[in-house]
Amino acid sequence: MEAHAQSRPVAPRAGLHLPGVGTGLGRGTVVLYLSIIVLLPLAALASKSFEDGLGSFWAQATSPPAVRAYELTVICSLIVVVINGFFGTIIAWLLVRDSFPGKSAVNAVIDLPFALPTIVASLVLIELYGAHSPFGIDIALTRVAVVVALLFVTLPFVVRAVQPLLIEMDREMEEAAASLGAGGFTIFRRIIFPNLLPGLAAGVALAFARAVGEYGSVLLFAGTLPNTQVSSVFISTQIESGNENGAAAVSVVLLFTALAMLGLIRLFQRWGSKHERSQGAGAGGLTVMPMSGNFTEKEADDENR
Amino acid sequence: MGISVEGAVKSFGDFQALDDVSVEVPDGSLTALLGPSGSGKSTLLRAIAGLETLDAGRVTIDGEDVSTKPTQKREVGFVFQHYAAFKHMTVFENVGFGLKIRKWDKAKIADRVHELLNLVQLPGLADRYPSQLSGGQRQRMALARALAVQPQVLLLDEPFGALDARVRKDLRAWLRNLHEEMNVTTIFVTHDQEEAMDVAGQLVVMNQGRVEQSGSAEDLYEHPANEFVMSFVGEVNRLGEDFVRPHDIEVVLEADDRTEEGVVKRIVALGFEIRVEFVLGDGTDVWVQLTRNELQRLELREGQIAFLRPVQAKSFNGSTPSDPPGASTPQGSDDGGDAEVSAAV
Repeated sequence: MEAHAQSRPVAPRAGLHLPGVGTGLGRGTVVLYLSIIVLLPLAALASKSFEDGLGSFWAQATSPPAVRAYELTVICSLIVVVINGFFGTIIAWLLVRDSFPGKSAVNAVIDLPFALPTIVASLVLIELYGAHSPFGIDIALTRVAVVVALLFVTLPFVVRAVQPLLIEMDREMEEAAASLGAGGFTIFRRIIFPNLLPGLAAGVALAFARAVGEYGSVLLFAGTLPNTQVSSVFISTQIESGNENGAAAVSVVLLFTALAMLGLIRLFQRWGSKHERSQGAGAGGLTVMPMSGNFTEKEADDENR
Repeated sequence: MGISVEGAVKSFGDFQALDDVSVEVPDGSLTALLGPSGSGKSTLLRAIAGLETLDAGRVTIDGEDVSTKPTQKREVGFVFQHYAAFKHMTVFENVGFGLKIRKWDKAKIADRVHELLNLVQLPGLADRYPSQLSGGQRQRMALARALAVQPQVLLLDEPFGALDARVRKDLRAWLRNLHEEMNVTTIFVTHDQEEAMDVAGQLVVMNQGRVEQSGSAEDLYEHPANEFVMSFVGEVNRLGEDFVRPHDIEVVLEADDRTEEGVVKRIVALGFEIRVEFVLGDGTDVWVQLTRNELQRLELREGQIAFLRPVQAKSFNGSTPSDPPGASTPQGSDDGGDAEVSAAV
C-alpha cells in the first residue's frame, strides 16, 4: 500500500490533436469562420449605427423612447435575476440534496425553456395569464408580463450553474463546521453560500444577459405598447417603422451590455477558481492569477462589524 | 473526559454498521479504533461526535449522556480523512472559524490562531489558502482548527489515510507528542494495525459492526481473543487448528518429532527482515520471518527442504471467529516493491 509519491514523468497533455490545427492553416480557418459568423455581422451592425455620424448615433441611442426601453429592460432583468437567483438556488438545492418522487422529471423540465421556442413560451403564458386565464389572472400586456416571461426563460441558467457546484461540494466541510459549533444557518451562510457564489454569480450574469436580449417570449405576452416595450421589441418596432439606423444604434448598446456581462462572467469564473488552484498548475493548464481584491477577507471584516 | 458507548446500534438500510457496540475510553487516553473497512469504526466515531444518530444505545462524555445532543453542543474536535478544509477561507480563517462562531473578539482570535499555528508547525502560512498547502499541512491545519475551540475530546477519522507513507509516519509521532502535551482524550480511527500500535495506548479492534477485543497493543498481540484479532494485529500462519506468528517458527535443518517438513518456495529480503515462504507436505503455505543473520547461518535456498518447529502456537477452539482476513497466505507477495533474491550466500 505504500504510495509511490515520487515524481512521475510529465506526460504530454492528453486530448484530441487535430492535424493542422494550431498551425497557420488551422488558425486561419478559425479566424475566417469566426469573422464570417460573428465579427462581420457585428461590424456591419456597428457601421450601420454610425452611418449618419456619431451625433446621430448618440441621438438615436439616447432618444426618450429608447431610454425608456433600456430602463424597462434593465429594471425587469434585475428583478428577474434576483428572483431566479433565489429560486434557482433553491431548486438546484432540492435537485441535489433532496430525494422526492419525480425528481428526474423535474430535472429534465428545468431545461425546457432552453429547448422551447420562446414564441411558444409567449403563447403558453398568454393562455395561462392572459385575458382568458383559467385562474382569472390577466397580466398580459403589462410590465408584470415582461417579468414573468423573463423569469420563465432565464430559470435554467441559474439552476444549471449552481447545480454542479452543489454536487461537487465537500459535505464534510459542513460536518466540520457543525462540529465547531456552527448551526444550520451559519453553515449555509459561511460555508455553503461562499462556495456556491461563483457559480451563482456566473448563472445570474448569464441570465441577465439573456434577459436583456430576450425578444420572443415578451413579444406576444407583454406586447409592443410604449410602456411595455423592452429594448429588443423597441428595435423591431423601429425597423418596422423604417428607422433602421435607430434600431442599429440601440442594438449596439445592447451588444456592449452583453459584452460587459460576458466580461463579468469571466471575472466570476476566475474568482471562483482562485481557491481551486493546485500547486504548480502552470504546466499545460490554465494558470489563474490571484485577484488583488481579497474577497474573503473583506467579507470577514463585514461580518465583524 | 472519559467517553463511554453502551449498546450502540446503527444500520444503513440493510447494512448493519454497528451491532451492539460498547466501548470505554478512559479520560486522557489515546485510543485507536482499528478494523477493516466496513467494520463500523468510522460510524462509531461519527456517532460519538454526533454526526451520526444511533438507532439504539447511548454515548456518554464525561458522565453526561450526550446521545440526543447535536454535534454543535458536544464540544468535540473532529478531523476528517480528507481534511474538510474550508477551501474558500485562508488558513487563518479556517483555524479561527470555531472561535468566530463563539464570538471571540478579534484580537483574541488572532492570538489563539497564531499560537495554534505554531503548535502544528505552520507558522507563517496563515494567509495561504488550503489549495496552496500540501496534504500533511492541510491535515495539521484541520487539527489546529479542531483544537482551537478546546474540545473535550478529539476525534480523528483515518487522519493520515490520504497521506503518503513518509508524511504519515512523521505525523504519527507528532500526534503522539501532541497528545502528551495537550492530554485531551483522543480517539482515532485507522485500518492500519502498525499505525494503531505505534500511536495509541489502547486499541479497540472492530469487525463487522462488533468489538472483537480491546486492550493495549501488547495485550492484543500476545493474547488475542480470537483468530480475527490475531490475524488483524499481526501476521499469522495457520497450521491445522493452530495459529502461529511467522517469528514464532524455528527453521532447522534436521528433523525431529516436533518438526514439519517444508520446501522453500521463495525468499524475500525486506532489509534486515527476511521472509521465507515454505510449502508443507500437505500443500499448506507457511511463511517464516527470519533475520538476515539467521538466513545466512541456515544457508537456505529456494527449492531446498527444511524443517519447521512452531515455538508458540495458539488455537481458538470454541470461539467462532468471523472471516479471518487472509490467514496463512503470505501477505507481502503482492506488495509489488519487494526485492526477490535467491539466497546465494
